[in-house]
Amino acid sequence: MTQMFRMASGGIVDRSRTIGFRFDGRAYQGHPGDTLASALLANGVRLVGRSFKLHRPRGIFAAGAEEPNALAELRTGARREPNTRMTQIELYDGLEAASQNRWPSLRWDLLSLNGLIAPLLSAGFYYKTFMWPASFWEKVYEPLIRRSAGLGRASREADPDRYDTMQAHCDVLVIGGGVAGLAAALVAGASGVRVMLCEQDFVLGAGLIGEDEAWRSAALERLAGMANVTLLARTNVFGAYDANVVGALERVADHVAEPGAFVPRQRYWTIRAGRVVHATGAYERFIAFPDNDRPGVMLAGAAATYVARYGVHPGRRALLFANNDAAYQSLFTMQDAGVTVAGVVDPRADSAAQAAARARGITVWSASQVVGTAGSLALSGARVARIGSAGTDTLVAADVLCVSGGINPAVQLATQSRTAVAWSERLASWVPGAALLPQFSAGAANGVTGLREAAADGARAGAGASGAPADALGLPEDRPSDVTVLPFWEVKGSGKAFVDIQDDVTADDIRLAAREGYKHIEHAKRYTTHTMGTDQGKSGGLVGAAVLAEARGERVQDVGMPTFRPFTSPVTWGAIAGTSIGKHFAPTRLSPLHEWHVKRGAVFMDAGQWVRPAYYPAPVDGDGWDSVLREARAARRGVAVCDVSTLGKIDVQGRDAAVFLDRLYTNTFSNLPVGRARYGLMLREDGIVFDDGTTSRLAEDHFFVTTTTANAGPVMQHMEFYLQTVWPDLDVTLASVTDQWAAMSIAGPKARATIERIIEGLDVSNEAFGFMAVADATVKGCPVRVFRISFSGELAYEIATPAGHAQTVWNAVLEAGEAFKIEPYGVEALGLLRIEKGHVTGAELNGQTTAADVGLEKMFKKRGDFVGKVLSQRPGLTDPSRPRLVGVRPVMRGDQLRAGMHLVESGTTHSLGWMTAVTRAVELEGWIGLAMLRDGVARIGSRMQAASPLHGALVDVEIVSPHFVDPENARVRV
Amino acid sequence: MIRIDCPSCGGRDEVEFAYRGDATVVRPAGDAGEEAFHDFVYRRANPRGWHVEWWYHQAGCRQFLKVVRHTMTHEVHAVARAGDRVEVPAAEHTGVPAAEHKGVPAA
Ligand SMILES: [Zn+2]
Repeated sequence: MTQMFRMASGGIVDRSRTIGFRFDGRAYQGHPGDTLASALLANGVRLVGRSFKLHRPRGIFAAGAEEPNALAELRTGARREPNTRMTQIELYDGLEAASQNRWPSLRWDLLSLNGLIAPLLSAGFYYKTFMWPASFWEKVYEPLIRRSAGLGRASREADPDRYDTMQAHCDVLVIGGGVAGLAAALVAGASGVRVMLCEQDFVLGAGLIGEDEAWRSAALERLAGMANVTLLARTNVFGAYDANVVGALERVADHVAEPGAFVPRQRYWTIRAGRVVHATGAYERFIAFPDNDRPGVMLAGAAATYVARYGVHPGRRALLFANNDAAYQSLFTMQDAGVTVAGVVDPRADSAAQAAARARGITVWSASQVVGTAGSLALSGARVARIGSAGTDTLVAADVLCVSGGINPAVQLATQSRTAVAWSERLASWVPGAALLPQFSAGAANGVTGLREAAADGARAGAGASGAPADALGLPEDRPSDVTVLPFWEVKGSGKAFVDIQDDVTADDIRLAAREGYKHIEHAKRYTTHTMGTDQGKSGGLVGAAVLAEARGERVQDVGMPTFRPFTSPVTWGAIAGTSIGKHFAPTRLSPLHEWHVKRGAVFMDAGQWVRPAYYPAPVDGDGWDSVLREARAARRGVAVCDVSTLGKIDVQGRDAAVFLDRLYTNTFSNLPVGRARYGLMLREDGIVFDDGTTSRLAEDHFFVTTTTANAGPVMQHMEFYLQTVWPDLDVTLASVTDQWAAMSIAGPKARATIERIIEGLDVSNEAFGFMAVADATVKGCPVRVFRISFSGELAYEIATPAGHAQTVWNAVLEAGEAFKIEPYGVEALGLLRIEKGHVTGAELNGQTTAADVGLEKMFKKRGDFVGKVLSQRPGLTDPSRPRLVGVRPVMRGDQLRAGMHLVESGTTHSLGWMTAVTRAVELEGWIGLAMLRDGVARIGSRMQAASPLHGALVDVEIVSPHFVDPENARVRV
Repeated sequence: MIRIDCPSCGGRDEVEFAYRGDATVVRPAGDAGEEAFHDFVYRRANPRGWHVEWWYHQAGCRQFLKVVRHTMTHEVHAVARAGDRVEVPAAEHTGVPAAEHKGVPAA
């Protein structure tokens, strides 16, 4: 027999269609409109999980996001998602779900013996165990904890689904699509402003089902007809950030087995709202009493929801334990739907609802409480006793125990945006106070209950948020519902009384925390893990706070509440990552010559966002080193060309451009003649080297600055900062032209012979165009700028051309160099050449080195201010024993050097320096490297050892000048 | 996420900007000495309250904007161009008009 707890009628499930699903491998049936939880209850499934630490049997406790117990691994294989709430999973045909945290099976969980080790798992166990011997921790405690404590398992396979990222703006954002949210959206929508409404449920206005359904239908129809209103169901607002920016997760395709083609599974929304209406409702809270976690114990409102919305009896025989009249309506709903009522247990002496219940023939135990529950894997009854009577209690048979300790307005999102909270004596709960931002709370979230009052409150909020009148809205009909409570939090007795059912935190744990000094609510929370589960203590947070208050001898409101932070409900990593995965994590920047490099078969490497050729393998090469050495040899002995388009380029123009550069660089540019380039060094204001590069003067008031590839953005920002905020009086304009100009470096003894074949309109002879000369010309009719600058240490020219001409010019260079066997060279050969030459790059200019550290102290001008000048003279930065740039060679030329090796005196282990860059050389035999070495200059000529304990390497080395090749710099001038 | 109303570009997300710190410190003259530069680079008031600071609109107009932000609430009171003067609210608390509809139920 299937669905024996399904009512013949009632609710909004579609009984004309039956759909199949599996839970823990068993086949069941449900209807469209069900959640996994309602369908399981319809099939009489009561046991759905085991608890986090103690492996106690647990059942469905709630009907929404506050569910602590009914967590499932949803779907299988690569799509398996742990810790999903069965109360929010929309049932679909073929759904497969599994219970969590049980072994070997849900019914026979051997680890429920954890009850025996419960003393080990009491409050603060994370803290206390660190006091134990490490051996016990490693061998006994940690494996035990890892096996027993935990939630579901994530899939280890790659997620096959897509997730989208959405950006949105609106005038009014309504969070929550209950009666108050619908009313707010109707009023705001009618005013014509842009309205968005987000509701985590898959139906809107669920609270109206079984009540005023006509009002609900009319409201949904009117909203659907408003073009300025966007309704997002299945969308949970999980966090409120500054300035009315909120994050929301839309579950686009979680209610189908697989997303359709081009449909994402989820969308991650960032919504910027002018005004926000918090219509987030309220969460019913439970009461802590012994064994209040037994399957069959359920929030009263949830039990009524299963009846009214899903047409499911959550049990055959219901008992209510409540301290407020509103909860009686839940019981009456169940009674009207045919559930047998065992009675009501109410700590209050009398109330209107108690009289109404008696009039319905319901037994009411007033001034009484539930002191325990009976049953093993499912509830069979509750023990009821009069408050104050010792010893005697009555066992009342029931298979569902509805609990209500009152309601907690859902102020999580409001407080995240710094709305103050106030204590309501009537609700014994926190309600929203004054908002910091343009925000409004409405309905149950505002402590206003009853459909009619909540709708009116929502309409007022919608009016406040949009400026429209609220009074035109018709209000729904409702029944009397008074949420005034007698504050009642805990029934003391033998047995575990849980204040956090998901995390297995009991009232005794809270008291233990208080006794051990963790009396602040934030401390008690962390010490016990109270409210730290996936449900974030939505229905038990205040109960634990009340127990703590009693232990401190204070009122609940004096204890306060822990800070609510995003996320209010779990969000999957897939949604957070969105489309920013793999190669799409960051933009990819390509040189205009990239396609050529690909065709040439280059091996690429990433340089920040840039993709650059590392080297170009040729058939003659045995391995990558062969290619690198071949390319570098071509540059040293013949001619080679390198794509250097990625270098940062900044165009500096204006009457004061030279003055500006003088103030930014350690050296002088105002005396640089037009048509010349100069190497420049830039410091940060704290005296540390920031960047280097060549700057060319194209006209009196026009300079062309190059930066390192990595620092192009930071240097631009640095320049803008000084120009705009420090020296705004200077007449200078900056433009980043990195992407606009392609650049190629032609290096080698045959460089001039190569380019003079193609350069038009410029005499590039040494006499006419000497070292550091700059001039405009053309190549095959393309405009180019020719710079006689060298990074390799060879005779070299850099040719820059507008990016669109890059391929034409590059081809011309290759064609002209054919006679000299020109080779393209990549970043690896570029690095080899610069290490041989002793030029510094980011490995040495790492944000910790001074100009003197890298041997560039002569670049400081004598007169005039420049950025970093004053602080670069501090004693710590001018200490002569600071690590300084040196060259390193192995004594045995065949020994390998490694970047990161430490330099030590032979036979010692005290590091005196480190290798910043290493390479195999072409001008010298074997490996060479650069290093930063304490007293480096004094040690040149001495022997040390280079150690890499990680590789078990210890190499005898000699310390040499960093300029391995052509220290006189003669080659660049020929 | 802070929203900054750029005078050139309009309201934009914080992620388009780079923070550049206190906008009230002034770079000393080149001959002011080490102490003065030390204070310029390192010493900051770190107030709890209103703070005038630079935000660089890196992914927008590339202008350094002077922003008056509350360090506790992140409220942005004013945004101006680098050369403009900005008003700093006298009160420590934020000046945003609280929502009129408080609706706290009778206790
Ligand atoms: Zn801007």
